[in-house]
Amino acid sequence: MLKENNIKTSDICLLKCQTGIRGLDEITDGGIPGGRPTLVCGSAGCGKTLFAMEFLVHGAIEFDEPGVFMSFEESSEELAQNVASLGFDLKELESTHKLLLDHVSIERGEIEETGEYDLEGLFIRLNHSIDSIGAKRVVLDTIESLFGGLANEGILRAELRRLFRWLKEKGVTAIITGEKGEGTLTRHGLEEYVSDCVILLDNRVEGQISTRRLRIIKYRGSAHGTNEYPFLIDENGISVLPITSLGLQHKVSSERISSGIPRLDTMLGGKGYYRGSSILISGTAGTGKTSIAANFANSACERGERCLYFAFEESTSQLTRNMGSIGVDLEPWIRQKLLNIYAVRPTLYGLEMHLVKMYKLIREFKPNVVIIDPITNLIAVGSDNEVKSMLSRLIDFLKADQITALFTNLSHARSKFEHTEFGISSLMDTWLLLRDIEIGGERNRGLYILKSRGMAHSNQIREFLLTDNGINLVDVYLGPAGLLTGTARIAQEAHDKAAQTLHKQEIEQKKHELHRKLAVIEAQIAALNSEFEESQEEVNKLIRQEESLERALAEERAKMTHLRKADDPIPDEKP
Amino acid sequence: MRSTEEITGPGSEKSKPDIYVLRLYVAGQTPKSMTAFANLKKLCVEHLAGKYKIEVIDLLKNPQLARGDQILAIPTLVRKLPPPLKKIIGDLSNTERVLVGLDIRPLKD
Repeated sequence: MLKENNIKTSDICLLKCQTGIRGLDEITDGGIPGGRPTLVCGSAGCGKTLFAMEFLVHGAIEFDEPGVFMSFEESSEELAQNVASLGFDLKELESTHKLLLDHVSIERGEIEETGEYDLEGLFIRLNHSIDSIGAKRVVLDTIESLFGGLANEGILRAELRRLFRWLKEKGVTAIITGEKGEGTLTRHGLEEYVSDCVILLDNRVEGQISTRRLRIIKYRGSAHGTNEYPFLIDENGISVLPITSLGLQHKVSSERISSGIPRLDTMLGGKGYYRGSSILISGTAGTGKTSIAANFANSACERGERCLYFAFEESTSQLTRNMGSIGVDLEPWIRQKLLNIYAVRPTLYGLEMHLVKMYKLIREFKPNVVIIDPITNLIAVGSDNEVKSMLSRLIDFLKADQITALFTNLSHARSKFEHTEFGISSLMDTWLLLRDIEIGGERNRGLYILKSRGMAHSNQIREFLLTDNGINLVDVYLGPAGLLTGTARIAQEAHDKAAQTLHKQEIEQKKHELHRKLAVIEAQIAALNSEFEESQEEVNKLIRQEESLERALAEERAKMTHLRKADDPIPDEKP
Repeated sequence: MRSTEEITGPGSEKSKPDIYVLRLYVAGQTPKSMTAFANLKKLCVEHLAGKYKIEVIDLLKNPQLARGDQILAIPTLVRKLPPPLKKIIGDLSNTERVLVGLDIRPLKD
């Protein structure tokens, strides 16, 4: 995208010459000025010669522009040997007339100066070399050596000025290298003569780790990045790392992907992380950060996605063994080349080098998921600020490619946990926090979601269990006794259960008692009833006796009357 | 293409028996080159009578020859023989320095 734009604009103003050095053409908006000399300066061993050589080799191979390498220091054989390790076959290029190496040696002891002279010989030599292969690119490495070989500086300066003008007229794109001087870019002030483009290479050592950096000091007539860009020299040559500023314009996906832990997905709005988001897992030592990361890697591979795992603490085999112990088997994914574990000690390179390495690996492997475990170790090789800038660049880079990134971060037990993250929390979309919960003489793990952009996530603390079958998230005990986990939770739950049972029993007993009381009352009622019946019976009996007595008396009286033969009395006159 | 000028003067038994092979590189007929050649010739006649050989190489005509003797400056005088190789750059106007540079002691009669 960047390059297309350039071609358009370069047609109007400045012709650019692609160097073919990875990353450099992006920073310079398409390459170094075409048909003009560029000064590449830096201290000893910063990669000037390699830079220049790559420019020629790429030109010869990729852009069909033959080149002349005029070396004032190393012989052709030495040069060829030095770059052979990068896969450049200079002899082959020379035999096909795509490259011409010319070693200019000047021995001061050999040369006596008397009177006026000029460097026409050099001009003729260079001109002849350029014309003989039709060169479009020229390297002069390091022309300042002439100052050591020739005493008359006045002539030399005048001739150098003429040389650079001549190179421009010749229309070749030239790289002139120069050793960095004290307080000046080059020892002999070459920057005075080469004013179109100046690139400074630097190799700084901070905390015993060296980092190569590149900066474009000047680029007349073109926009260019002004930052210091780290660059790497490895078996593929130089690669410069463009600090791409995306301006937060990357596209986002609303696709959700599983974290590999079902219960965690539930907590994250039921669906898991967003694709292309950045996830931070922070926690103190031994809280299970790597386990969560490994689960995520596992689930990505299960979906058939590619995962790149940067392990800064454990070796590949250690990681797979340890994860195997919690039921996450990563081996098959490694065999299927879905998972690539890149284990390296952070102190092996400088921070920028790590970034360049990561870029390279990401470009090569094209993963869907990138895990960096842990980012904290990187701080050993850089300051907070550097780590932050590096991570923001990495995250921007990953987001542009819709790669989901998971970072783990070791926070210190004593410090306030939200503070540790080098201020990178703002870069993160989802932040899971793992905490130690110490209760009742044991340590348990708690997990909660500190933030998760764009989803309704759970606000609950869950207890985080590492079992033989994987990670399990369970509810913590929340009750009058506070937040409890682990055996305390189990004990409390048992305790609660017992209390409940007791309560139940009590109620049962009370019920029982009441029942009995009722039964007693019922019995009493029955007794009274029977007493009542008894009494009634007696009354009836008495009544019946009374009646029969009455009858007997009446009969008696009638009998008597009959016996006395008395008049029949008026029946109602009886007493 | 090489313009070789051989001047052999009368032999002199007092000096070394070696033959001086001198090569002067120039680029066209520039004043500096002309001066250098004139100076060289004079010097040889005076100090190396009979045992010198001068080759003048015009790099404009033979640019490929510049590489062989590692020529940068013009004019350059190269002492091919006797070894070791010596180079003197400039118009050779300082005769003393040229003589020292060529390891020739000024002849004293």
